[in-house]
Amino acid sequence: MARTTVVLPNLKIKLAGSLLLAALTAGCSGSKPADEVAQTPGNPTVTPIAGRTNGGAIASEAEDGQWVRPAKNYASTRFSGLNQITAANVKDLRLAWTFETGVLRGQEAAPLVVNSTMYIVTPFPNYLYALDLTKPGAPMKWVYKPGPIAAAQGVACCDVVNRGASYADGKIVYNTLDNQTVAVDAATGKEVWRTKVGEINLGESMTMAPLIVKNKVIVGNSGGEFGIRGWLTALDLGTGKLAWRAYHTGPDADVKIGPRFKPFYADDKKPDLGVKTWPGDTWKIGGAGVWGWISYDPQLNLIYYGSANPGPWNPEQRPGDNKWSSTLFARDPDNGDAVWAYQMSPHDLHDYDGVNENILLDIPINGQTRKVLIHPDRNGYLYTIDRTNGQVLSADPFGYINTSSGVDLKTGRIKYVDEKGPRMGEVIRNACPAAPGAKDWQPSAFSPMTGLIYIPHQNLCQDVESVEANYIAGTPFVGMNVKMSPGPGGNRGFFDAWDPVARKLVWRIAENFPVWSGALATAGNVAFYGTMEGWFKAVDAQTGKELWKFKTGSGIIGQPVSYRGPDGKQYIAILSGVGGWSGAIVAGGIDPRDSSAALGFVNTMTDLPNVTNKGGTLYVFSLP
Amino acid sequence: MCSRSLDMTTSRGVSAALVAGLAVMVLACGPARAATTSRELRVCADPNNLPFSNEQQQGFENRIAELVARDLNSKLTYLWWAQRRGFVRNTINQNKCDVLIGVPSSFELVRTTVPYYRSTYVFVTRDDRHLKVASFDDPRLRKLRIGVQLIGDDATNTPPAHALSRRNIITNVRGYSVYGDYRQPNPPARLIDAVAHGDVDIGVAWGPLAGYFAKHEGVPLDITPVSPQIDLPFLPFVFDISMGVRRGNDVLRDQLNAVIEHRRGEIDRILQDYGVPRIDVGRAGPAT
Repeated sequence: MARTTVVLPNLKIKLAGSLLLAALTAGCSGSKPADEVAQTPGNPTVTPIAGRTNGGAIASEAEDGQWVRPAKNYASTRFSGLNQITAANVKDLRLAWTFETGVLRGQEAAPLVVNSTMYIVTPFPNYLYALDLTKPGAPMKWVYKPGPIAAAQGVACCDVVNRGASYADGKIVYNTLDNQTVAVDAATGKEVWRTKVGEINLGESMTMAPLIVKNKVIVGNSGGEFGIRGWLTALDLGTGKLAWRAYHTGPDADVKIGPRFKPFYADDKKPDLGVKTWPGDTWKIGGAGVWGWISYDPQLNLIYYGSANPGPWNPEQRPGDNKWSSTLFARDPDNGDAVWAYQMSPHDLHDYDGVNENILLDIPINGQTRKVLIHPDRNGYLYTIDRTNGQVLSADPFGYINTSSGVDLKTGRIKYVDEKGPRMGEVIRNACPAAPGAKDWQPSAFSPMTGLIYIPHQNLCQDVESVEANYIAGTPFVGMNVKMSPGPGGNRGFFDAWDPVARKLVWRIAENFPVWSGALATAGNVAFYGTMEGWFKAVDAQTGKELWKFKTGSGIIGQPVSYRGPDGKQYIAILSGVGGWSGAIVAGGIDPRDSSAALGFVNTMTDLPNVTNKGGTLYVFSLP
Repeated sequence: MCSRSLDMTTSRGVSAALVAGLAVMVLACGPARAATTSRELRVCADPNNLPFSNEQQQGFENRIAELVARDLNSKLTYLWWAQRRGFVRNTINQNKCDVLIGVPSSFELVRTTVPYYRSTYVFVTRDDRHLKVASFDDPRLRKLRIGVQLIGDDATNTPPAHALSRRNIITNVRGYSVYGDYRQPNPPARLIDAVAHGDVDIGVAWGPLAGYFAKHEGVPLDITPVSPQIDLPFLPFVFDISMGVRRGNDVLRDQLNAVIEHRRGEIDRILQDYGVPRIDVGRAGPAT
């Protein structure tokens, strides 16, 4: 079978051997139940490589041709070890089949592939489709409809997106917009359990993809603008029962800060900071939800994730660091205990959530191999953090920043630029990055072959000024008009290759619109991403040279994945369907004259409706 | 052409004359009797937000909507939708209704009518506390426990929240989300409840909310308009309120303007019934 032909040129021997072995192992075990791999957290293939700048190393899982987690693996590399599709032959990539979801809102989810079935979660009303990959055209096996309450649309921030599902133990698990975590039998489509974990009527909603670690399903809430109190929650995978919940504001006991908590910086070591860094009892509605990504290191037995920005008070009304908003946490997945925390944006001024992905790598730093996490934050810095203790090893700008002037590595504190902070009654011009940050939720990928991180992101600045009266629920007030505009260079998006060892940009592709899709890297030395115009692109992972592109029916804000079909061929899949915060002008049908809509994002996206329409279609590609 | 709705984006020539719009409808739909049954006044409103509106149609905006529908010889229908972020986008701008009964007159997202009342943010206290705070510059505000409402829109909040924070009055201020717990009746009223229950010493709330619930709490509450009316640089506490239609629907806007003109006395009486504090020269409201 084709899958046994593994050729990995241009690769250092040690890493190649590891991958080769992994690929061969997977090739010989096609009939092995997928959940064996998914449920075995303790067998990472760690291949530390020191020395060269392109010699990244990673705590990786064996390549089995599936895609069972949101980020492919616990290290969140979004790297597929499949290599039939290569930089040399990707030009021949062609459409294999499509599937119409029938839901025309922003499609942000990564399709999952388990054994011979593909699973797709749609935006609200959050359908789950199972597609049979063994048959021509991958016909639908079943659809599961959780029936979220319609009112959820009214309280959801931004767009009614969903970022996908996780698979383990025969179950597909995901969250509905109205705060239900559901587990569905992967074979039959029958609901196994559903647990209501939040309250839509309190402004909570859920958009993130769960991560399953051992027997725990780990989920978090959204809704900082509505005065929620953010949390991370673990449910029992077998029963859906609540195992633990850790809040991101409030007393240490609520935050699950106890004897094991050893943050690196002095600012984080005092007791009850989740109360004391807020005036009065404002922490009770302090925001700091979790709507991004969770990573897991099986050796350290720690999960890593970031909390969202503080709210609903304005900055001047919540003096203090507002812990633990915009903060990275390391926790024990078994009981939720916090082991360390690091706040990227204390007293956030600009809507810089800390929820972006954390890629777990073992890389050489000053001659030593360090266990790090790489976190490209909304505030514009790409953080390299020692994931054993929370020490910031470096924080390098990967986008244009003028709201801060760097990160002090001694104290860990970001250095804000006061003139760019928002103030009522004053116009603040050209604050960069804008509220969605230098990069939002759209996840990066890492290739152990190139040692590069592929970062999809945006290039936006914003003006903030008082405007005419606004109105919510019988309360008139003066609105703040946030108007975003392209950053330096005039383009709104980038697709970057970043060397995490040399700490520098290697190549960069400028895109007209924000690059709001995730990235995929493959062992064929190809990187994939989509544009908001609808182009799905393959580029050379070493050089960034465009190798192939395909125009899908709508703008792309989804996450590309790669899998091996039952026929042994490598496939690439992407959902097309514009929306999300950046694409709300299309998905939400917003009037382009309403420049402050979608919190000012519409101002810089008025041309999007000219180039794309709503959509909700899966595209799957393969070689002839 | 016998439209079931008032989504009339016809030429401005038609809109120029008040009755013309109606005449067109009547002619297009045949006999006047048929028109009365086919014409609809579609209102989008919050199903759980007294004193403004609720699904039982007990709010003053419900009463005003009934008045308008009667005057336009139309059948009143509602689309119920929580009035928060996305309300305009998801309702009237998707052509699911034609009228919002109460929006600020300078609200840019819709075409607004002439104002039909002007109200103000007010200080709310228990009578038995004898506080009589009337200004944001009252030094007692540095000590009193103050309740304000929060919107949670990035970079903005309710005017009282800003007025207090710019005076560095922060630690003694408690926020009540204007969204509240939507399972409870009229969530924004929790702020007024907090004053009545003594959870805070003083609340700062939008006049119509305070005026109505002050009459419905178990203890007598005092309502005092805030001053200044505009806290410079530009932070107003006084707002004109109009009805809103979709941009471009000038025909309906003109009809509503006429209703407001002809029925001003009845509208004033409704607002008075609900205790809306007025600072315009409303015939029924207290002039200042």
